[in-house]
Amino acid sequence: MIELKGLHKSYITGNNKLHVLKGLDLTIEQGELVSVMGSSGSGKSTLLNVLGILDSYDEGFYKLNNTLMDNLSEKKAAQYRNNMLGFVFQSFNLISFKNAVENVALPLYYQGVNRKKRNMIALDYLDRMGLKEWADHMPNELSGGQKQRVAIARAMISKPKVILADEPTGALDSKTSLEVMDLFREINSSGITVIIVTHEKDISEQTDRIIHIKDGIIGSEFTSKN
Amino acid sequence: MFDKEKWQEIFSSLKNNKMRTTLTIFGVFWGIFMLIVMLGFGMGFKSMMQEGFGDFATNSLLIWPQQTTKAYKGFPRDRSYMFTNEDVQLIREKFPEIEFIAPKLRAFGIEGANNATRGTKTGAFSVEGTFPEYNLIDPSKITHGRFVNNVDIKEYKKVAVIGKHVKDVLFEEDENPLGEYIKINGIYFKVVGVLTKGASNISLGSDKDRSIVIPLTTFQKVYNRGNEVGFCAVTAVKEANIALVQQKINIFLRRRHSIAPDDDQAVGGFNLAKEFKKFFNMINSVVILIWIVGAATLLAGVIGVSNIMLVVVRERTKEIGIQRALGATPFKIMNNIITEAIFLTASSGYVGIVIGVGVIELVKKIANSSGSDNPFFTHAGVNLNVALMALLILVVFGALAGFIPAKRAINIKPIDALRDD
Repeated sequence: MIELKGLHKSYITGNNKLHVLKGLDLTIEQGELVSVMGSSGSGKSTLLNVLGILDSYDEGFYKLNNTLMDNLSEKKAAQYRNNMLGFVFQSFNLISFKNAVENVALPLYYQGVNRKKRNMIALDYLDRMGLKEWADHMPNELSGGQKQRVAIARAMISKPKVILADEPTGALDSKTSLEVMDLFREINSSGITVIIVTHEKDISEQTDRIIHIKDGIIGSEFTSKN
Repeated sequence: MFDKEKWQEIFSSLKNNKMRTTLTIFGVFWGIFMLIVMLGFGMGFKSMMQEGFGDFATNSLLIWPQQTTKAYKGFPRDRSYMFTNEDVQLIREKFPEIEFIAPKLRAFGIEGANNATRGTKTGAFSVEGTFPEYNLIDPSKITHGRFVNNVDIKEYKKVAVIGKHVKDVLFEEDENPLGEYIKINGIYFKVVGVLTKGASNISLGSDKDRSIVIPLTTFQKVYNRGNEVGFCAVTAVKEANIALVQQKINIFLRRRHSIAPDDDQAVGGFNLAKEFKKFFNMINSVVILIWIVGAATLLAGVIGVSNIMLVVVRERTKEIGIQRALGATPFKIMNNIITEAIFLTASSGYVGIVIGVGVIELVKKIANSSGSDNPFFTHAGVNLNVALMALLILVVFGALAGFIPAKRAINIKPIDALRDD
């Protein structure tokens, strides 16, 4: 599903060149539940951004679903993000002036699905998250766990191949964190590849494969067979 | 266009910053309001000017004899001469581009010396001999009876058309002057009409209300003026160039009266068409000036909108990042921001147009009800085309105002936008 080969990425700030990814190789198969760990500055966020086609890379190649992701136009990138990827963020990133169901329906809006239909589908996804009765609530009326479940529903609605989660439990208490992780496992069991970036050990331990990033390359890897 | 998600976004950002939105809107509102009000009164100004010209024939020319300034053919310089009936006749026949030519002879208009009497009533008025055509060039309003006609001219009739003031002086208030006789310089004339000044504010020579008009031929005969003509009013047909006509007539008259061909002073002339043109040019310049000033004021307002849109983009950077992560194309983002800018300018502009037109109408109404006949107020107004044009300009300006911020928005990388905290 995901194939990275010799990936290099540097950031240039003024006269300084910060080499973040230094020839990273990584293959993730369809249906895997992977966590990416690493200390701050190790390059794990950069990796996630490249995987999410939110950022470009300098060298090597990145294939998503056997399609080379290189030199994409902004429009093409937007379409790939919309069709193949779902994002879940640490700070939820819900749109503040849209209610829960409208937030969930947003990716379908960008696909051109009409309002009635997309809101119906969105309501169905909220129902699966157990938030049907919160559909009309605005983000600021929801708890952290609820917000994250809305965000997950939003990531799911376009039926992506891969879900990319950036510290999805970072802003949640441990009980809610567990619930969210259960949700990811459930999503994963339906065949969707889930990649979670985290620095919490007990979160990563709930995934099937843990990848440690160190100094821009893969430091160590651990696969659990449970 | 009618996309709820888009408008939800636009209204949310406007609602969250009510004060800012209001101030931004005010800039554009004020610009278009000023433009509309100025154009409205510009129109009033224009019709005030045009009404001043009234029905005066604009393609016209006045000529009169002056003293010669050059010795020629044995005649000395500083010689006085007069036009004659024959001159008029020949000019009329020779130049087909002339529509009307009306000779005129005026006399005894010296203020203070009474020259018209009726019974015990007496007054001093200007007495003019003329042709019927004169009333087609510099029209008077005939309130009673008629003007001088061709039969009067042919038969040397002693008839007079008197000005309104003349009637007031020589007749009782409720008296019908038609058919009555008045004595002008010792000779009795029958009153056949009463005139007052026409729609035009242009006055050639004397005040019409204070003058007595009689047939030119009668004038020449009873006052021993031979075939003399004082001055001529000439109108050319619409297509003709009046300046050229003037030149031709001058050459013709110089030759007839043995005046040096290069004596430009000998035949006096006044080209009204030229003066009218100057005037209309001035009015048009005023209108152009209004557009320039108005558009500049409007531009200042629009720049305000553009400025605010830049702030909006900055504030919404993260939101734009989220939208792009979820698959919004750059076009969609740009579209939203430009729509918002157009919405801001067009809606505030629309309010400006409505209030501007409202103010003009209100002034008009007040002017009308207070009995004012000053066209500057009563004829102020904005026509629909101008209003639509202003609205179109607003939409174009709005799109331009949104363009730079929109460009800025899509130049933000989604990743930078998401990182923005």
